Amino acid sequence: MAKITVNGEPQDVALPVSILQLLKNNGVERPELVSVQLNGEFVGSDEHATVSANDGDTVDFLFFMGGGALPLISNLRTDVY
Amino acid sequence: MLKISPAIIAEIIEQARTGLPEEICGYLAGTGNAVTRRFPLTNIEHSPEHFSMSPAEQFNAVRQARQEGLTILAGYHSHPSSPARPSEEDIRLAADPNISYIIVSLATEPPVVRAFRINGGTVTPEEIAEE
Repeated sequence: MAKITVNGEPQDVALPVSILQLLKNNGVERPELVSVQLNGEFVGSDEHATVSANDGDTVDFLFFMGGGALPLISNLRTDVY
Repeated sequence: MLKISPAIIAEIIEQARTGLPEEICGYLAGTGNAVTRRFPLTNIEHSPEHFSMSPAEQFNAVRQARQEGLTILAGYHSHPSSPARPSEEDIRLAADPNISYIIVSLATEPPVVRAFRINGGTVTPEEIAEE
């Protein structure tokens, strides 16, 4: 087991654990609309399944906040979401 | 119900007016259902019809709120020329079921500020108590 701090709260997690798995563990149903930082560095949405967290790491995530009167989804930043 | 002081409501409206013609956005934080803090954020779309909060600023605001013992209670954005109700895109992209979504419309004078809960595509109006 590893201790990983997720959004400020310590969690005991079995390794190996990907960012995507951590998001699922924390109830995120639409990971494509979540922005993640691992130890303060952005993890792109295309890396959520391949980047892993380790013991002592800090993972922060938050939900995309956007909208508009016209279609926007193509504008999502794949580098940060 | 969301409690927001008239001062913070006025600040949101002022931000919306100052930001014209673009949509503006930000977070509201507080404790329980009472908003005590506003975090104006950059609309990285710089558009009169779209908004996306700056992710870096989102993280900074969330961490600052956490340090102050506050929780993010709502995200807000403006509709410069359309009513204070969520657009189809607002609904489709509302991914956080734990916060309120506030829209300030400048389409009328005085401006209209309304709050909603959006969960799984279902929109529920939420009362704002100005106190």
